[in-house]
Amino acid sequence: MRRKVIFPGTALPYLLLAPQLAITVVFFFWPAAEAVWFSFLRQDAFGISTQFVGLENFQDLFADPLYLQVVRNTLVFSVSVTAIAMAVALLLAVLADRHIRGREAYRTLLIWPYAVAPAVAAVLYIFLFHPNIGLLGRALNGMGIAWDYRLNGDQAMLVVVLAAAWKQVSYNFLFFLAGLQSIPRSVLEAAAIDGARPVRRFWTVVFPLLSPTTFFLLVINLTYAFFDTFGIIDALTKGGPANATQTLIYRAYIDGRVNLDLGSSSAQSVVLMVAVMILTLVQFRFIERKVHY
Amino acid sequence: MSQALPAIAAPDAAASAARRARADWVTHGILILGVALFALPIWLVLVGSTHDAATISRGEVPLLPGAHAIETYAAVWSQGDTRRAQVPVSTMMLNSAVMALLITVGKIVISILSAYAVAFFSFPGRMLCFWAIFVTLMLPVEVRIFPTFQVVSDLGLVNTYTGLIVPLIASATATLLFRQFFLTIPDELVEAAKMDGAGPMRFFRDVVLPLSATNIAALFVILFVYGWNQYLWPLLITTSADVETIVIGIVKMIGAEADTEWNRVMATTVLALLPPVAVVILMQKWFVKGLVETEK
Repeated sequence: MRRKVIFPGTALPYLLLAPQLAITVVFFFWPAAEAVWFSFLRQDAFGISTQFVGLENFQDLFADPLYLQVVRNTLVFSVSVTAIAMAVALLLAVLADRHIRGREAYRTLLIWPYAVAPAVAAVLYIFLFHPNIGLLGRALNGMGIAWDYRLNGDQAMLVVVLAAAWKQVSYNFLFFLAGLQSIPRSVLEAAAIDGARPVRRFWTVVFPLLSPTTFFLLVINLTYAFFDTFGIIDALTKGGPANATQTLIYRAYIDGRVNLDLGSSSAQSVVLMVAVMILTLVQFRFIERKVHY
Repeated sequence: MSQALPAIAAPDAAASAARRARADWVTHGILILGVALFALPIWLVLVGSTHDAATISRGEVPLLPGAHAIETYAAVWSQGDTRRAQVPVSTMMLNSAVMALLITVGKIVISILSAYAVAFFSFPGRMLCFWAIFVTLMLPVEVRIFPTFQVVSDLGLVNTYTGLIVPLIASATATLLFRQFFLTIPDELVEAAKMDGAGPMRFFRDVVLPLSATNIAALFVILFVYGWNQYLWPLLITTSADVETIVIGIVKMIGAEADTEWNRVMATTVLALLPPVAVVILMQKWFVKGLVETEK
């Protein structure tokens, strides 16, 4: 798509684009290209000599049981976060869309967690689930359940999932609410005249009409769980106990920044780039379809 | 949905009204429960920050405010925690504010300029430039941690505001949003401006910029929250206390749990939450509009 009426000149637009393009090239394309290049190299233990090893880094990666565990962790984590955050948000949005008193107030009170940093959300969850100082953590131990997310991998996963989902609900809520409000009244009235009860009306009329929003949020939530939850994991569990909450991003950080393993970290970056590309392409396919709806 | 059409939905008006009232109560009940679940952790932290360190570490989990609010907040504000290098929270807040505001303004400025170039001019490589900006969506910092750090360190930008901010201010999302909006500006406006002899920059300043005010406000909220909440990038780029942001600072305060001053962590958490939450709530109208429209 383009405008019919435009301004003449070529120097000015290049000048206007220069800052954005400079940053894009220096801090996006250059490092991305380096990641791809490094992923084919291997350094010796002292970082003195480097040699080209082809796809060996990738082979090693996928032969490493720890990395496969990390892939599994990431899938469990992302799917759980997405399912919880979307289900809760949909329920709240449907209710907040009803014509009840104080709906504006409810909206305000439900959207603010969007502004909370993932790492800060994690700190809030420490005060809920810490076995010694957390409200629920102490209660669970008081009831005789051996609760300590710092020792038990499943419990650790549960806490990071809840913290990550908690933070994402408000985002999903706003989109579901916008989606609900754009459903034509006449459709709902027609269903009501046909005598459909509210619950049936929701599943047969409203929910299918929301599907573009739902698909869009599905991709956005998976992307969020994959890439934006580093702070939650770092602040709550540091990937532990025994790597139970290590996700792909966290692993790439550990290998790149802590273990300084150039080849492996770069190979992991390439794997992540492929993942994010797939997610972005899927997202834009759905959006395109939505436009043509 | 149902209660908008009671007369049609149910022939018996009295039964319908009763059902509606019951449904309203259930709705209020669940929504209040939702609001409470969201607010509970904040309440715990807010209350905890008004007690002394011993109360929290004994695990009393107070649910009502205590008497130590002023001393706790004054202490973190001026000295941080006593256990580590003692970066005062006021310094962290300042660093976070500088980072968030410069990222926000930087992203808006370079995005609106590049969107203007792509939308209002025709030049060789126009679509190439547009796609180059667009694909950065697929290359978030998180997937190129190590090489990006290398580039920044080769440029000598580790532990500087420049290194912290500049790599983050390219924005495909903001550019797309502005371009989308610019395509809706009527051709007649451009024609009229040209006839009056206005050049492209004059048109930008007098027409495009004022028309973009709402979009800028919406982006401001989203980008300020994005900037304030950055975690991985500052963690990579800053090792010195001078440029430590508050989100990083809190996590460092927790460090080794045994001697953590939990009441100070709680007070710092409250302070870290305040600016972005205030921006979202006070600018709610633009935020909601911007969020829902940016992503489309």
